[in-house]
Parts: sequence; structure tokens; C-alpha cells
Amino acid sequence: MSDTSMEKVIPGNRPSLPPPVTESGVLGWMRHNLFSNWWDTLLTLAAIYILYLVIPPFLNWAVFDAIWQFSPEVVQDGKQPQFADCTAISSGACWIFVRARFWQFIFGFYPDEERWRVVLTFILLVGSVYGLLSQRVANKKPVAIFFFVIFPFLAFFLLHGGLGLPEVPTSRWGGIMLTLIIAGIGILFSLPLGILLALGRRSQLPIVHLLCVLFIEFARGVPLVTILFMANIMLPLFLPPQFEPDILLRILVGVTMFASAYMAEVIRGGLQALPKGQYEGAMAMGLGYWQMMRLVIMPQALRVAIPGIVNNFISLTQDTTLVAIVGLYDFLNIVRAGSRDSNWIGTEMEGYVFCAFVYWVFCFAMSRYSMHIERKLHTGHKRH
Amino acid sequence: MASAKSAAAAANGENSIHQKRIAFWRDERTRGVIAQVVTILVLAGLFWFLISNFLEKQARSAGPAISFDFLNNVAGFQLSFSLLPITLDSPIGLLIVAAGISTLLVAFFAAIIATLLGLVVGVLRLSHNWLISRIAATFIEIIRNIPLLLQLVFWYTAVLTVLPRHKDSLTLFDVAFLNIKGMFLPRPFLQEGAGILLFVVVVAIGAAVMVARWARNRQMLTGQQFPVWSVNLLIVMGLPLLAYLALHEPIGWEIPEKGGFNFKGGLTVQPEMTALIVGLGVSTAAYVAEIVRAGIMSVSHGQTEAASALGLKANLTLRLVVLPQALRVMIPPMISQYLNVVKNSTLAGFIGFADLFSVISTSQNQTGRAIECIIILMAFYLMISLIISSIMNVYNKRVALVER
Repeated sequence: MSDTSMEKVIPGNRPSLPPPVTESGVLGWMRHNLFSNWWDTLLTLAAIYILYLVIPPFLNWAVFDAIWQFSPEVVQDGKQPQFADCTAISSGACWIFVRARFWQFIFGFYPDEERWRVVLTFILLVGSVYGLLSQRVANKKPVAIFFFVIFPFLAFFLLHGGLGLPEVPTSRWGGIMLTLIIAGIGILFSLPLGILLALGRRSQLPIVHLLCVLFIEFARGVPLVTILFMANIMLPLFLPPQFEPDILLRILVGVTMFASAYMAEVIRGGLQALPKGQYEGAMAMGLGYWQMMRLVIMPQALRVAIPGIVNNFISLTQDTTLVAIVGLYDFLNIVRAGSRDSNWIGTEMEGYVFCAFVYWVFCFAMSRYSMHIERKLHTGHKRH
Repeated sequence: MASAKSAAAAANGENSIHQKRIAFWRDERTRGVIAQVVTILVLAGLFWFLISNFLEKQARSAGPAISFDFLNNVAGFQLSFSLLPITLDSPIGLLIVAAGISTLLVAFFAAIIATLLGLVVGVLRLSHNWLISRIAATFIEIIRNIPLLLQLVFWYTAVLTVLPRHKDSLTLFDVAFLNIKGMFLPRPFLQEGAGILLFVVVVAIGAAVMVARWARNRQMLTGQQFPVWSVNLLIVMGLPLLAYLALHEPIGWEIPEKGGFNFKGGLTVQPEMTALIVGLGVSTAAYVAEIVRAGIMSVSHGQTEAASALGLKANLTLRLVVLPQALRVMIPPMISQYLNVVKNSTLAGFIGFADLFSVISTSQNQTGRAIECIIILMAFYLMISLIISSIMNVYNKRVALVER
């Protein structure tokens, strides 16, 4: 008897108790992250109330009360779908507007039977960009030659016509296709120009330096809209009379000028991130200026600049909406034009929400990619 | 001996290399000069080509190539909003000035909204409260990944949908009204004694500055604190109020009157302007929030701990320790955000607000004076960029880290 009582008082011999319920699991997490003190509790409740005000009505409008299917008359009798089909049934979102116009939102007024050309160009583009960025492709040289030398011409003939393909004037281009073309060409051309401008800005030669600084600061000091306006109006004035540039070409010149100034600053950041030893080492090897840049400096500087370049691409994609100022039908403008159609008056919100969703998915994915690259590049020499 | 001989020969050889001049096309300095001359020649050739084309085209049309006389012509159009008195026969020049002022006004209010909202969202983003921090992050990610123009047209549609019609105007004490046609506010106008009131305001601000100085010196010398904020608030608000009452209404208020279809008199703020200010402000706020977050996170945790070890309270820690160091990181990116607000206000034309760009674009359409219009436009935005960045740079220098 005495033995058992002795055993009971030996300290340290008991199984450890589980932590209190309020400190672990869901309850503990909530206590720490949502209700740690009275102020926190107040904030949480306020946030829940705001979410309650915003989310259920939005979901009701966009999902539960929304009209997704064409009415039977449209399907069976081939009647033109219109906004009245939706308002007759429900006050929710009228997604049949987007369904009815979907292919126009993607291709603009590109002729139906020629759309395969756009799709093919896009597949080639995605394939070669994947080849350039993926680590599985070891030999990037042929991909790079294809992408930077052959692809631009190929894309031009595919999209615009020629070489036996019927011509599609740029006035018929539009939608997501036009948005991607403008942003893509802007980035593609601004990259070499930006590299030259960045090198010029860091150059020892006073005149080259001054010219580059003037150009960069000018293009960054004025809004893109004014540059587009200038390109649209001034290019025809300053070019020979027999050469009347296409309106899309004028816009592309403006966008490229604008983008190359921003690109130059991103690349300059990459150049400045390199330690001086890299330059000195290259010079000690007896490399000349261009050899040094091509073989030693640029490969490293561009690697550091990739996140910035991707960010530039994101903002350029968003900025392409401004080409509506000269009457081009980019994605946003074609959606707006669609909801001004007499059959669809009142569908602005559906159009904007769809547009916002597409832009958001694209830009968010790109920004995550840029963050991923940044993290990958930082391994090894990040101080914490 | 032999080795000495060869050494001498080697020295001679070296000498001869030094004496022999490098071929001039291999000399770095000559190459630099040549590169610059070539750059200038190429650019000059390009400009000559462009300008000769331009002159050739101008020669066919009558009139001088470049002339700003069109600014004195009567504009055939009206502005929907203007702080300056604009009539039907105002010259184009006056309209452009008025539009420039509205651009700055819109940018100013949008920048205020962006700063305040961005500060709040940035702090909330760092909150320990999971839900709050997620909501702030969602807000930032939504705004930053949607084009600004889309946001503006969205706000415009939203504003127009929410506001009541003229008949059901909302009102505040029957002096301010709100409906789908805009916000109708009392318009202030100066009366006798306004100069004295202005003088009193200046004196009050001067006095407040003196009090703040005196209080700081006293605290430095004796350690005694003085309620600077409440006293100064009393001075700055109280003195002008007393003067206002004593001078018998030096500033009059023109109150909008409700008519059959619209309000008469008063100051009208159109829904376009409201949408523009809100849209620009909210969109910039997301970027400001990220800047604020980065700024606060850049101050190391040790700083806060050291401040609380010294016995500073939370608000004093924020004001005296965290913010001064965070500001140093925040100011350069904030400069570019303010510049962005001014630049992005050019999107006003898309929702029908008469900012500088849309007025210039209309004038260009009417007069055909492309070069002049573009010069005015570019000069305006470059000047604003220069002014804002130099003001902020001066401020930046003041708060920058003084290194040994």
C-alpha cells in the first residue's frame, strides 16, 4: 500500500498532458490570429461584416442569379441573342453577352476562316518562349535564333498576310490578340533598345550619355497617352509623303519608345547590381568593350533584370488599354464596344467584370512567375 | 654578364614598345571621339530627314510652319468643369490653362486619397490579424493586376449607377446636393475683409510655428513637455474663426438652387470628376500600400525593441523611431507614385472629363496645329515631373541618412 502511494508522488513520472484546447488546433489558431485582444476581435468582426456586405451580393449577381444559357428561341430558331433575354428572367449577370461575343473578344474582326493563322502564331510564340525559359531545354541557341530572327517575319506574314496568304488589314485586328501583339512587340523591340540605352546611360562618352539620359527621362516624364498621341500625329507629318504609316505601326513605334525607356532603367539596375570585379576581370582578360558586355556583363545583368522585365511586361499589357485613344479595338475597347451595341445596352458591368477577370488572371500569373524567378535568383547570396 | 645583357635588351625592347605609338584606331580616346561624332552625325541626318519632310509638307499648306497664334482664337467648345470663369468666347489658351488647373486639382485630391488609403491598407497588410491582412492583400492584388483604364470606366459606371436622379437628390442641410448630374456645393466668393482674413490665417500659422519651436526648446532645456498639438490646433482654427465672425462674412457662399432640371449657381463637381479622383486614388493606394509595407518592414525589429526598452509607448515608438527610418526607404518610390498620379490623370478623357490632354487633343482636332499642341502638352508634363521630383528630392535629402 505504501509502495503505491510512494509511486504516485514521484515527480516527472506522469504522461504529459495535451495542451489546452484553446491553444492548439483551429481554436488556438483563431485565438492567436483573429481574437488575440479586444481590438483584434473588433477588427475581425468588422472585416467579417464587410465581407458579408460584399461577397454574397456579388456571388448572387455573378453566379447564382446569372444567366449562362442562351434562351430556347436563340438555340432553336436562330434568333439574335440580346440583353432583354436576360432581364426578362433574372437581375443577375448576363453572361450570354460574353458567350455571344466570345470569339470577337479574342480575335477582333479577324475573318473567321483565317483565325487558324493567329492560333498558329500563338502556339509558335508560346513554344519558343517555353524553350527559352525552361530548364529542360539545354541548347537554347537554335530556339533563340528562331525566336529573335525567324519568328518576327513568320508572325508578320502569318498575321498580316502575304506569301500566298490573303491579306488581313490591321484595322480588322482586335481583342485579346491585339493586346498581346502590342505588348509582345513592345517588349521584344524594347529589349535591345533598352540594352543600348542602358549602356549609353552608363557610358563614359559625354554626348552619348547625355543623349541617352535625355531620351530616357523624356519618355519617363510624360504619360503614355501623350506619347501615343504624338506618335499618331507626328509620324505622318515627319515621314515622306509616299510613306503613310499604318495606324497600328504608329502606335507600335510609340509603345516601343515608351517601353524601351523603362526597360533601360530595369537593365541599368541589373548592370549596377554587378560587382565592379566583373568588369575588371573581363578587362584583365583583354576583352574589348563589346566583347566584355556580350560575354561577361550582359548575361549576368539580364539574369538579375528578369523579374523587372516581367514586371515591365505586366504593366505594358495593362497599358495597351490606352491604344483605344486612336480607335484601335484592343481587348477592353472591344468589350466596351460590344456593350454599346443596341442589342446589349446595359451589359457594361458584365463586360468589365469579364475583362477584369481575364486581365487579372494573366497579370497575376505573370507576377507570381516574376516572384518565383526572383526567389530562384536570390538563392545563395541573400543575406538574412 | 649575359643575363645582364639580355635584361638590358629586354628593357630596350620595352622602351621601344612604349615609344611606338598605338595605331590611332586602337586608341580608346580616339575611338570615343569617333563614336560620338558618328552618333551625332547619324542623329543629325535623321533629324534633317524628318524635318525636311515636315517642311516639304508644310510648304504645300498656307501659313507659317509653327505659330502659337491659334491660342488667341475663340474656342468653339466648352469645358464641363473649370475653376476659371470660361465663357463661350474664351480663347483656346484660357481653356488650356483652365484644363491644366483641373488636371492638377484632380491629381492633388487623388494623391491625398492614395496616401491616406495606402497608409491604412499598408499597415493593415502587416496586421497580425490573419483575416485583415488577407483582405488587404486581396485588395492590393486585385487593383495591381487590373488595368487602370478598366478601373476608371468601372468606377464611372458604378458612380452613375449608385447616384439618385435629380428628383431624388440627396442633400446636406439644403446647401450641398448630390445626384447623378454631380455634386453641387456652395461656391465661396470673396467679399470685403477677405484680405484681412487671409492675413490673420498667415499670422495664426506663424504663431503656431513659433509655439512649436518654443515648446521644443523648452523641452530640450528643462525636459518639461507642452501640449503643442492641442494649443496649435486652437490657434490655427480659433484665430481665423474669430476674425471671420468679427469681419461680418468676409467670404460669401453662393448656395446652389434647385431648379426644374438642374441646380443653378454653386460649384458643380461632375460624376466624371468624382469617378476619376476615386479611381486614380484607389488604384494608386494599392501601390502606396506596398511601399508603406516595404518601408515599415525595412526597419529592423531590434529598433522597436530598443525603443520599448527605453520606455517609449507604442505611438511614440512609431512616431520617433519607426517612421523616420521607414520614410527614408519610402520617399523615392512615393515620388514616382505621385508622378504617376499626374501622368495617369490623362486617362480622364476616356470617361469624359476635360483634363489638359483631352482639351489639347480637341484643340488639335479643331485647329490642326499638331506640333504646337504637342509642345504645350509635353512641356506641361515635363515641368510637373521636374517640379515634383525636385521638391521631393529636397525633402529626401533632409530625411536621408547622414553618414559619417
